[in-house]
Amino acid sequence: MATAMLVDVSRCIGCRACQVACKEWNLRHAERTQNQGSYENPPDLSAQTWTRVAFIEEAVGDEVKWQFRRVLCQHCTDAACEQVCPPKAISHRLSTAVVIDAEKCTGCKYCISACPFDVPRYNVQTNTVEKCTLCVDRISNGQIPACAKVCAPEAVMFGERSIMVAIAKMRLGKLKKRGFKDAGLYGEKELGGLGVMFLLTSSPSFYGFPEKPTVPLSVNIWQDVFKPMIAVAGGGAGLAALVSLLGSTGYKGSQRGQGSQRSQGDEGSRGDKGKKQSE
Amino acid sequence: MTNSWIDLKNADVILVCGANPAENHPVSFKWITAAKDKGAKLIVVDPRFTRTAAKADTFARIRPGTDAAFFGGLINYIITNKLYHEEYIKNYTNASYLVNPGFSFKDGVFSGYDEDLKSYDYDTWTYQLQLNGEVSKDTDFNNPNCVLELMRDHYSRYTADRVSKICGMSEDSFKKIADAFCRTGKPDRSGTILYAMGLTQHTTGTQNVRAAGMVQLLLGNIGIAGGGLNALRGAANVQGSTDFGLLFNLLPGYLNMPLASKHETFSRYKDAEVAKSGYAVNKTKWFVSLLKAWWGEYATEENDFLYEFLPKLGDGYDKSGYSWVPLFEAMYADKINGLLCWGQNPVLSGPNANMTAAALTKLDWLVVSDLFETETSVFWKRPGMKPEDVRTEVFLLPAAASFEKEGSVTNSARLIQWMNKAADPPGEARPDLWIIDSLFKALKDAYSQEATAKFSEPLLKLNWDYGDDEPDPHLVAKEINGFTVTDKTQIINFTKLSDDGSTMCGNWIYSGFYPGDKKADNRAAQTDTSRDPDKLGLYPEWAYSWPLNRRIIYNRCSANAEGVPYDKRRMLVSWDGAKWVNNDVPDFSIKDVAGAIVTPDKTAKSPFIMLPEGQARFFIPDGLIKDGPLTEHYEPVESPSNNLLSGQQNNPLVKIWQSDMDKMVEPGSSKYPYIGFTCRVAEHWQTGSISRNLPWLAEMMPEMFIEISPELAARHGIENGNKVKVISPRGEVTGVAIVTNRIKPFELSPNAPEAVSMPDHYGFVGYVTGGDEDKDYSANQVTSNVYDPNTGMPEYKAFLVDIRKVG
Repeated sequence: MATAMLVDVSRCIGCRACQVACKEWNLRHAERTQNQGSYENPPDLSAQTWTRVAFIEEAVGDEVKWQFRRVLCQHCTDAACEQVCPPKAISHRLSTAVVIDAEKCTGCKYCISACPFDVPRYNVQTNTVEKCTLCVDRISNGQIPACAKVCAPEAVMFGERSIMVAIAKMRLGKLKKRGFKDAGLYGEKELGGLGVMFLLTSSPSFYGFPEKPTVPLSVNIWQDVFKPMIAVAGGGAGLAALVSLLGSTGYKGSQRGQGSQRSQGDEGSRGDKGKKQSE
Repeated sequence: MTNSWIDLKNADVILVCGANPAENHPVSFKWITAAKDKGAKLIVVDPRFTRTAAKADTFARIRPGTDAAFFGGLINYIITNKLYHEEYIKNYTNASYLVNPGFSFKDGVFSGYDEDLKSYDYDTWTYQLQLNGEVSKDTDFNNPNCVLELMRDHYSRYTADRVSKICGMSEDSFKKIADAFCRTGKPDRSGTILYAMGLTQHTTGTQNVRAAGMVQLLLGNIGIAGGGLNALRGAANVQGSTDFGLLFNLLPGYLNMPLASKHETFSRYKDAEVAKSGYAVNKTKWFVSLLKAWWGEYATEENDFLYEFLPKLGDGYDKSGYSWVPLFEAMYADKINGLLCWGQNPVLSGPNANMTAAALTKLDWLVVSDLFETETSVFWKRPGMKPEDVRTEVFLLPAAASFEKEGSVTNSARLIQWMNKAADPPGEARPDLWIIDSLFKALKDAYSQEATAKFSEPLLKLNWDYGDDEPDPHLVAKEINGFTVTDKTQIINFTKLSDDGSTMCGNWIYSGFYPGDKKADNRAAQTDTSRDPDKLGLYPEWAYSWPLNRRIIYNRCSANAEGVPYDKRRMLVSWDGAKWVNNDVPDFSIKDVAGAIVTPDKTAKSPFIMLPEGQARFFIPDGLIKDGPLTEHYEPVESPSNNLLSGQQNNPLVKIWQSDMDKMVEPGSSKYPYIGFTCRVAEHWQTGSISRNLPWLAEMMPEMFIEISPELAARHGIENGNKVKVISPRGEVTGVAIVTNRIKPFELSPNAPEAVSMPDHYGFVGYVTGGDEDKDYSANQVTSNVYDPNTGMPEYKAFLVDIRKVG
């Protein structure tokens, strides 16, 4: 059965129960954080923070809008990370969840560079890359992911993909009627279908999503050219070329923190933070 | 709550005013969202643009402390445009009652005011009586002394234009909200009002809530599914604690504490307190059963069931009663020796926190029972205090957390829910029940060994038998439900209580939740959701809602005089011509004592069974609300504005304390020009003594912050993320500035005041703390000791401050 998660930003109240439930179920540590002039924290995804909520504040004339958008692995069908992973540590499980096998992961970070959504994060302590598993340990036991379980307004749902798509389309119709003319379903078709679909009330780029996410060209080249080369030549030259190629594609960091950039409040804070870190 | 959390899904319009459910009651959004799915409109009125506002169809900013003006404006709008539910107010309220012609209102003050005593004489706050003793009425609403006409006159001053200036809300916004919400005056439409501390934490808190209730009565929104006046309580079991009399003026079940001045004997208490009509004529049965529960075999008819053992309320410190502020003022004045502090953190939660901490130094001893070391348990080493100068001996008792003990929790919807123990408490931590049981046993030992102990009888004769070693919460629960004295048979519910000493009952309103002897009889532990009549979400077999498992109180009002539901889709009770067919437990008699069916005409004029009139009160007689039989807007004690409605600036009954730590700001001060108020966030709970010690919560909201508008920030050279200090004459608090368009000045109000919003969660101990180098750590260091004259609730939600950048 194809499954999917649906995240509906029109229903999200930004309570961040999902953020806590994720840490609790997946035994992630809390981070030492500072208030940077925003409700957002931790400031970025990390090996310890697999999901977070971006608070997007927007001044519209005299009015203000405030939207809450979860950031987490999209579990792409056409998953660049899976394709690029040299030790084949990344694979689809239960047809939807894209999972990194820590035993096989060598910490090469290619997946980080390849991800069109800037999700995987490197863990220095374990020399592995980590990210959301779609609670594969829960769903393989008939449970829904922890974040979906705790979401009171049913902004996060999990179930059979066709049902999630149907619910999303029904809600989308209602949102359009309520005047959200830019509302749309993101992830139904993108990258072969995302395991985590978003019902958005504004354009994807407003939330920091690429309008048309693709598997980077470099990944295709890697797949078709370098991987066979390494298989033959044993590696070195091919890897060096790939790293250079991935670096030039500019994916890394492209979406990081973008969720809050529209907030006048948050822009300053990020500047401050940058300074603090460099000091 | 008159209704319930789940019932929010039945509303057509949800008005949130003085509450922030998305952040402070996030699970409510399951039901608010369900209502929106069915087309309901969400209106949010708040000084700030909150996470709740982010989900609103309509949002309007309101200047803190002007809620009574906003609701007064709605009342005026409803009456002027005749949007009230006429049949409803005629049958179910006192709108038609004639009021004493001596009653008057002039320039912000009701008749009977004594300026020197700062109190009212209530002689004119009465109904007109006929010779037979019945109230005179005019059901055509022509008599100028009838309540509806008095209201028409009283609220005519609350014009949209004036309300707009007072509240700092555009006239357009006000009218849009008035139109959307007042449409629910139609019989087949329902509107609910949700409120919390945003309405209550004012010197006009009672006025605010009363005015909201009057709007709901005018629109016929009380007693119906999807309606009601719903208080979102601030803590998981705060409903339970008020139900059990954890307020200075109440005994369990909302029975009034006896007063030393009036109720010296039981017969005097009964004369004054037992109603002559309505269901409260039974009050003696509840009271006697409570005394029997407390003093068992010693309480007999001959000794008035040991009424003499009950403490009687005196005038309190400075004749101000025993609510929070007078207690801490008394403590600061060195009038109190010791304090037992149970699950409370006054050093952060009380107003004027610097004074609170100073007051604790005057104690001989302090006992704190909590999960973690709190600011109160270590007040003696707070920044700036020298431990060697503090004489107070402090004991910290480690308490078990809610999941480490068995017992009940009562939520805002009056729903008693049983919780099983999930884990053992760590170390020496014990459940509160164990702690108080051990304390009682130790006290009893001490008193019985001390021959000269004064007034020891009430303690030595206390009926206390909940187990020898580990007290059993089921034994407590069974006593709360009540049983017969002779054979200890659990009673079915409070209708079986007696005033002759043959029954015991710890809290009459809960009676019925544990009607049998077995654990399976504990209806608070019911978890069956299969029965849901008409899909209204009443779920009668999920836990137990007091009274009598009734989910929506006053539900007689959901049907007309003939018993026909006003809205068939939301049927709660219904007369089919021969009998009552009900989805909810009826809030009226459907059978008389002989078992005969009671026809609808018998209850058609008395749906509010707990009131002697049987009808809801727009006009509250006899000073039962101390500061006005109708509502009136007064400015917060610290306000940047003059009262635009009258020459009476503040609530005439408000008390200004005079200690050296009670410094107040004059209205319109240029030194403290901004409106400060406290708030809460989803990520922390109360003073943070739990949530600031849970790293997963702390990492999301790690520091004290202060939210201001970009305009105010620019004026003081503050940039987002800077450290800032908020200052009042009482103290200072430091935090990180969040400069945001979610905060705006109230441009339409006089002096266009800016707003400074501060969460009250931070302190100086724990995994994360507030302040700068842990000084100036709490928002309550700047709040003041003024409070509502009825409830004693401090004015946390409106005061004056200055702000400046640190460094």
